[in-house]
Amino acid sequence: MTTATPAKARTLTMAQAISEATAQEMERDPRVFVMGEDVGKYGGIFSATTGLLDRFGPERVMDTPISETGFMGAALGAAAEGLRPISELMFVDFFGVCFDQIYNHIAKNHYMSGGACKYPLVITTGIGGGYNDAAQHSQCLYSIFAHVPGLKVVVPSNAYDAKGLMTTAIRDDNPVVFLYHKGIMGLSWMSYFEGSTNAVPEEPYAIPFGEARVVREGSDVTIVTLSQMVQKSLVAAEQLAADGISAEIVDLRTLVPLDRATVLKSVAKTGRLLVADEDYLSYGLSGEIAALVAEHLDSIRLKAPVRRLAVPDVPIPFSRPLEQFAIPQVDNLVASVRGLMNAKIY
Amino acid sequence: MDATAEQLLWMYEKMIEIREYEETMARVYLEGKLPPRIQKGLAFDIGAGPVPGEMHLAAGQEPVAVGVCAHLRRDDTVVGAHRPHHFAIAKGVDLDAMTAEMFGKDTGLGRGKGGHMHLFDPAVKFSCSGIVGAGAPQACGAALAAKKLGRDAVAVAFFGEGAANQGAFHEALNLAALWKLPVIFVVEDNKYGISVEKSASTAIASNADRAAGYGMPGVLVEKNDAIAVFDAAGAAIARARRGEGPTLIEVKTDRYFGHFQGDPETYRPKGEAKALRQHDPIPALGALVRDLGLLDANSDAALRERIVARVQAAYDFGRNSPYPRPEDALLHVFAE
Repeated sequence: MTTATPAKARTLTMAQAISEATAQEMERDPRVFVMGEDVGKYGGIFSATTGLLDRFGPERVMDTPISETGFMGAALGAAAEGLRPISELMFVDFFGVCFDQIYNHIAKNHYMSGGACKYPLVITTGIGGGYNDAAQHSQCLYSIFAHVPGLKVVVPSNAYDAKGLMTTAIRDDNPVVFLYHKGIMGLSWMSYFEGSTNAVPEEPYAIPFGEARVVREGSDVTIVTLSQMVQKSLVAAEQLAADGISAEIVDLRTLVPLDRATVLKSVAKTGRLLVADEDYLSYGLSGEIAALVAEHLDSIRLKAPVRRLAVPDVPIPFSRPLEQFAIPQVDNLVASVRGLMNAKIY
Repeated sequence: MDATAEQLLWMYEKMIEIREYEETMARVYLEGKLPPRIQKGLAFDIGAGPVPGEMHLAAGQEPVAVGVCAHLRRDDTVVGAHRPHHFAIAKGVDLDAMTAEMFGKDTGLGRGKGGHMHLFDPAVKFSCSGIVGAGAPQACGAALAAKKLGRDAVAVAFFGEGAANQGAFHEALNLAALWKLPVIFVVEDNKYGISVEKSASTAIASNADRAAGYGMPGVLVEKNDAIAVFDAAGAAIARARRGEGPTLIEVKTDRYFGHFQGDPETYRPKGEAKALRQHDPIPALGALVRDLGLLDANSDAALRERIVARVQAAYDFGRNSPYPRPEDALLHVFAE
């Protein structure tokens, strides 16, 4: 007797998932094109555009000069004419050379036109540290983009989400900033968290913005997080489970729009909140989530004070022990949750 | 390419319209901003009156706008700068909606969300920006779109000579030449970046010389004259439409008002603005059209009357339109 083996689900790296979503949308909509540094033959420094040049040619997959103000402005101008550019900012750290086009124009022109003009474009960009690239190539900075009204901000943690969210980003009529963490792209030259490479359907699908995902259910503590830190949190949660601590993990997936309801529901259930973030501690995402919960203490009873784990307001240092200290690691997550379990509200 | 009778008349009419618009705004803008109607001790109150905020007027710079826009079609794109009224009028932006925008009214181009530096009229592909130099790369994008879509439309970026020292300008020139984009960069040299003279901000006398560094033609128009601009722009735009790439044009022009209304202009030699008006480009073109027999004294007067009425109607529309509801501030952050 033979048993049919079920077809093994196809897995993709996050980089493959992003380029597959892009290819499928380019196939579907001739207005979509890609521009940026090394997006052509090289396929993107972090492989987000691998294979696109061969398939769509240089008219639709355009290598640009190292001239971010030039091509971000051009993306806006092309979007105003009805095209749908995907414009890659190689490292998010480079926003400093082109932010005027992004925050003063791409983000605001729809508003300043009273809704008369639309700018359907996607800015893709690599974020995050953990591989010793130092202070100018290791930041996350998503809070800066989320702070400016008019930009949607997407920060996926795995391949399945990345494909669905990228599809939604390209179809959206607004500017979307799509930030992928280098340490979960599944690159062959950088160690990564394997949980980010997962089963991805071949057919196109869209994941709506503003829907956080509970990636692990738990009853003692809620970890609100995003991007690579989701993968770190999953590892931490396994260790905590061995100690009998049940952690629930909420992956925000998009910062704008933000799924406040899922955060509040989870914290109401567990009564404890740890915000785990790879961005800088002060004036950013972790403070935003803490404030959200503080504003709802009339309907949420906390069992412990809110805790935040983030980069302690220092630039990302180069040397391995320094960087490992500055960027929250699995051990820090475990220790923070344990501390939270012992903390009390007076 | 000589201007046709129709083009000459159009330029003349538009220059008068722009001047009438700016002279009217110069008065209207000051309503409610001067003592004794403002807070005691102030000489001027920028946020008061029916047209609040900054106000940059372009009287004197009309030849640049009309000389270029005489060649443009509705489907060509114009990106202007912080001093945008002359470009907007010459590109055919709706005068009522544009004026209402400056009054902050719900009937404005941006429903009161943009104001005079941020005018968007997609019907005629006009936009502008308050950030010096920012429009140049955006015009490249419009030109790139035209090329990708197989259209022979062009894009024009207008900005002042101060913008030619911005990185955005240099990046845009490289991009345009590299990709052979149908874009024309037009520098209005009105001698001052706010208060700083060009010689104190720019290492070379003519920005047109910078074109050579990017592998594109550079043209200097030395006279604040509509026909001279028309000739230079005509060649550049025809070249762009033929797919032969971008051109940089610098025009030496004159700013009759301050950088903004209320500018004490302490940096200007006394009487300079008055002296500049001795070389007003509008009477010069008027003399030409009359010499050519295109207008006589009666039809000239009738034309001016029509323009004054049109401009007055736009100001009345702006003034009498309703404000948006305060809570409409929350609308239009995102497209639905």
